[in-house]
Amino acid sequence: MSDALRPLAPWGVAALVLAVLPFIFASGAALTVMNQMAITIIFALAYNMLLGQGGMLSFGHAVYMGLGGFFCVHLMNWVEYDNLWLPLPLLPLFGGLFGLFFAMIVGTFSTRRAGTVFAMISLGVGELIAACSIIVVAFFGGEEGVSGDRTMGPTVFGLDFASQQEVYYLSAIWLMISAAAMYLYSRTPAGRMANAVRDNEERAEFLGYSQRKVRFMSFCASGFFAGIAGALFAINFEILTEENLNLATSGSVLLITFLGGAGFFIGPIIGAIVFTLLQTVLSLYTEIWQLYLGILFVATVMFFPSGLTGLIAIHFRPYHLGKISVLTKPYALIALPALGLALASASVLEIAFHARHAALGDEQMSLFGLSFNSHHPLPLIAALALGALCIWLLRRQLPSFREAWDEANYAGGPS
Amino acid sequence: MSLVLVNLLDGLVTGLLLFMLCSGLTLIFSMMGVLNFAHASFYMLGAYFGYQISTYVGFWPALLIAPVIVGVAGALVERYGLRRVHKFGHVPELIFTFGLALLIEEVVQFFWGKSQMAFEEPEILKFAAFSIAGNAFPAYKVFMIFIAVGIFLVLLYILTRTRVGLIIQAALSYPETVQNLGHNVPLVFMGVFGVGTALAGLAGVIAGPVLGTFPGMAVVLGTIVFVTIVVGGLGSLWGALAASLLIGWLQTFAASYNVTMRDVLLTLGLTEPADLATSALRDLWTLTLPQIGPILPYLLMVLVLAFRPQGLFGKRET
Repeated sequence: MSDALRPLAPWGVAALVLAVLPFIFASGAALTVMNQMAITIIFALAYNMLLGQGGMLSFGHAVYMGLGGFFCVHLMNWVEYDNLWLPLPLLPLFGGLFGLFFAMIVGTFSTRRAGTVFAMISLGVGELIAACSIIVVAFFGGEEGVSGDRTMGPTVFGLDFASQQEVYYLSAIWLMISAAAMYLYSRTPAGRMANAVRDNEERAEFLGYSQRKVRFMSFCASGFFAGIAGALFAINFEILTEENLNLATSGSVLLITFLGGAGFFIGPIIGAIVFTLLQTVLSLYTEIWQLYLGILFVATVMFFPSGLTGLIAIHFRPYHLGKISVLTKPYALIALPALGLALASASVLEIAFHARHAALGDEQMSLFGLSFNSHHPLPLIAALALGALCIWLLRRQLPSFREAWDEANYAGGPS
Repeated sequence: MSLVLVNLLDGLVTGLLLFMLCSGLTLIFSMMGVLNFAHASFYMLGAYFGYQISTYVGFWPALLIAPVIVGVAGALVERYGLRRVHKFGHVPELIFTFGLALLIEEVVQFFWGKSQMAFEEPEILKFAAFSIAGNAFPAYKVFMIFIAVGIFLVLLYILTRTRVGLIIQAALSYPETVQNLGHNVPLVFMGVFGVGTALAGLAGVIAGPVLGTFPGMAVVLGTIVFVTIVVGGLGSLWGALAASLLIGWLQTFAASYNVTMRDVLLTLGLTEPADLATSALRDLWTLTLPQIGPILPYLLMVLVLAFRPQGLFGKRET
């Protein structure tokens, strides 16, 4: 491969994966999850233009996605009832433009400062729009939201987008376009200045750039791509409600981006994939999956602020030094107790939850294929004992693990 | 006229309750520069602890014990959570408190479930203190007013008249200098965080029986609390008081006067469109003041930020 084409390789691989995924996971449920993933990835990438690249923490970014989506549902209805000629594949563009339009209005006063003040304004505006959505029935449809039908537009190459698969390919194409555009934006002078303002706004001002204008540009661009995500949401689910605008949605995109790693372009992508999978899989098996997610999030902020991607990235140095094999044995040694500790903690939580909340008389519970009485102290004691044992094993392994880690990151020969 | 008086009193209760949260939050903010997103979650913890303790020993001991537990929990969060995240910068700190708010809500649901708790005011205060033109004013609300005013006076006395207050105020502006004078500034921070969260917990115990003890109570009040301290001016105690009362009255009055937009628009000389049911502006004509009430604080915040970015009483631009 020539050097000029090398940066294109990951994009080619991504496009190929997106193209073949529906052949591997062809079921309707899998397609739904993948569509949701594509939408979440675009939204999280747009969010990271603020958080990771611009240093702006927003608690109300769902508004731009939601408004773009609401606008697109109305567009679909106009196509259906008022003979507006608009092919469905172009709809996300209009969703994006609406998101951009609204971001330009809010950005005029919210981008004056970064940090806490920006966060507070974004929260206030977000709550304002979410509260408005209940009372402004003409645009937001009140409590039940607005719904539409995506299949009523002119067909494109004979496609009317009635099937999930067609919607998947539409989402995938828009995902590739948006991700590439956002990546390219981060390489433009505007994207670089956003980094500069994030790192030191005063120095950026001395270079002659207005920190406010730089933030405003990032904010608008982010609103545009959030609007695209909203349009894809409208196409996929054909309904938007207050839920698409409120703090819970804004919070979950922050969670996704931070879990994935806000400092990396690929971070939000990994975060969105992991989060959607966790959400789908965990919620099948446990009622308290949000508690696990909360614990995971707080632990990430406290111990791995660079997120999952950061966790992967710290292995690049040992890899380039050719010492990654030094880590194999210590990892294998701590993997088992770590897994045991996680399972033991989860067991304690599940048993306690069942003992507290199960219906009266329902004392049997099953966990990891075992069935037992959750009101009896023995299972709880067993889980606690397993946890204690794993902690003891982990503590024993820790010094040698640290030694191996230092050795793997040491540039010289065997130290 | 009597309705105005009733609303004034009700708004005062809401406003003072808001102030009990805002005072702690704004003190923590001006000291550490971190806005504690989980502040309202400590208020919720206060209500739940208060409920749980009151089922064992009654309301009055719970009123004392629950805030202490919440305060200790807050101090521990500062010591082992926030101080650890502090070195990463302000944005991670804010994200940490946001995650903490999510986690506390989940933990509360883990222990107490999703439904509302039967947390009630003590029997001794279940009577009407007085009545204004047939509207009974419960004694419990009088009690709330006295507690809140008492807290405010004690806080003001400590901050402005005692040596501890002197050190706190000095540590607000010049932490390094205070540290060099031999005071343990991290301990002061931990103490302020603990006292602030204890105040939120106390507000929770008091408000739990009136506003309901349920897992959503932190979110309901939380965003209003942020709006309040932004409107009052970040870091200003007097601003927090003024904005709390303003927002308390704004919400109470909006909820009790059934002014319709239709009347307002007709008074302005506009004519009602004939096709009201399908007109795009139909919401403008059918809205009523009680409907708009919940969004008024947010509107106020956006207006304040647009025209007076430092807030009503703030000194620095926000």
